[in-house]
Amino acid sequence: MAKITASVYTSHVPAIGAAIDTGKTTDPYWVPLFKGYEPSKSWMEASKPDVIFLVYNDHATAFSLEMIPTFAIGCAAEFKPADEGWGPRPVPTVIGHPELAAHIAQSVIQDDFDLTIVNKMDVDHGLTVPLNLLCGSPDAWPCPVIPFAVNVVQYPVPSGQRCFNLGKAIRKAIESYDEPLKVQVWGTGGMSHQLQGPRAGLINREWDNAWLDKLIADPAAAAAVPHIEYVREAGSEGIELVMWLIARGAMDDVAGGPAPEVVHRFYHVPASNTGVGHLILENKQ
Amino acid sequence: MALDKPYKDVPGTTIFDAEQSRKGYHLNQFCMSLMKADNRARFKADERAYLDEWAMTEDQKLAVLARDLNRCIALGGNIYFLAKIGATDGKSFQQMAGSMTGMSEEQYRDMMIKGGRSAEGNRYIGEDGDAQAHHQPQGGKKD
Repeated sequence: MAKITASVYTSHVPAIGAAIDTGKTTDPYWVPLFKGYEPSKSWMEASKPDVIFLVYNDHATAFSLEMIPTFAIGCAAEFKPADEGWGPRPVPTVIGHPELAAHIAQSVIQDDFDLTIVNKMDVDHGLTVPLNLLCGSPDAWPCPVIPFAVNVVQYPVPSGQRCFNLGKAIRKAIESYDEPLKVQVWGTGGMSHQLQGPRAGLINREWDNAWLDKLIADPAAAAAVPHIEYVREAGSEGIELVMWLIARGAMDDVAGGPAPEVVHRFYHVPASNTGVGHLILENKQ
Repeated sequence: MALDKPYKDVPGTTIFDAEQSRKGYHLNQFCMSLMKADNRARFKADERAYLDEWAMTEDQKLAVLARDLNRCIALGGNIYFLAKIGATDGKSFQQMAGSMTGMSEEQYRDMMIKGGRSAEGNRYIGEDGDAQAHHQPQGGKKD
């Protein structure tokens, strides 16, 4: 049977992608950020999964206002890097895992989460920046990736509790898949940032770190945080953090197993307008 | 019956909800069209003529022409869509975000390097933080 080995959490700031694409990773501004991901890259080399289930959000790229799915699972064989207005990022095409994705869709929908199934979709920086941060800039990504897009652009976005519960259903789906695949579940976006209005630039280091503590040790409490607290404390775009709860809900301890090991934790301000958080949690073998 | 919108009392912040999205549909779809190079070229060649192809309100068109992002947001724009205008103009996300705060580009960048804007005084309308309307040159937060 397939097994969830670990979960990874990271911000997916577009400027990080731009820094990689324009060779600025050694600029003094960016050095501390990329240094924080060095241990993650080594870990990734040593703990390579067979599939990554990657929770992210589309930023008015694949989904305009014509259609706004709350939860969309990518079931295609491949996903091209999107042209977000500056030309597509020079990163590899993302290879999907249609069989596992279809299996997850079937199981999760039967568990009352009404997913939108997407068979054709370009993927934006929300998905490709986390892959760069953990995998560097290879000619091909190290394994297939199932993109899972969450609407966090138009309110109301799904609650933290619903995302956490969805994570539990995704865990059940993955662990009932017959092939012995090692699967990682990633939650991306956040942490505190606000990109709009006179309050743009809001960062809340204390709140971010307290939320990380909670996510690690008491995820049910993190899931209970209402939307308005994210808006007030972490900025209007800080709401992206609900996506981390999907990954956290898929871990062993939530289903009665042992607490995960904290392999790596990193926090840095700023990357462009954003407080960057990063966490790797590993299930005990 | 009134809907639950607890975010209305956050200063300097307009939450892009279903109501804003309805108001801003054509504005945001115009922005979306700028993801295509041909459309960017046509827009740049004659902005007014390109905007007139869209079922936007006159106020929305004027806000786009003035690159007044706060006004665009008040009229239903969403920042991820409006960012396509910035990309067309060759502006970074940080330049766009900064343009809404009444700060110069340099002041905004310095604020971010120093750890960003504090939440202190900026959680509720009526406090005394730097994002409150009475500290902002552009005045009130919404229409």
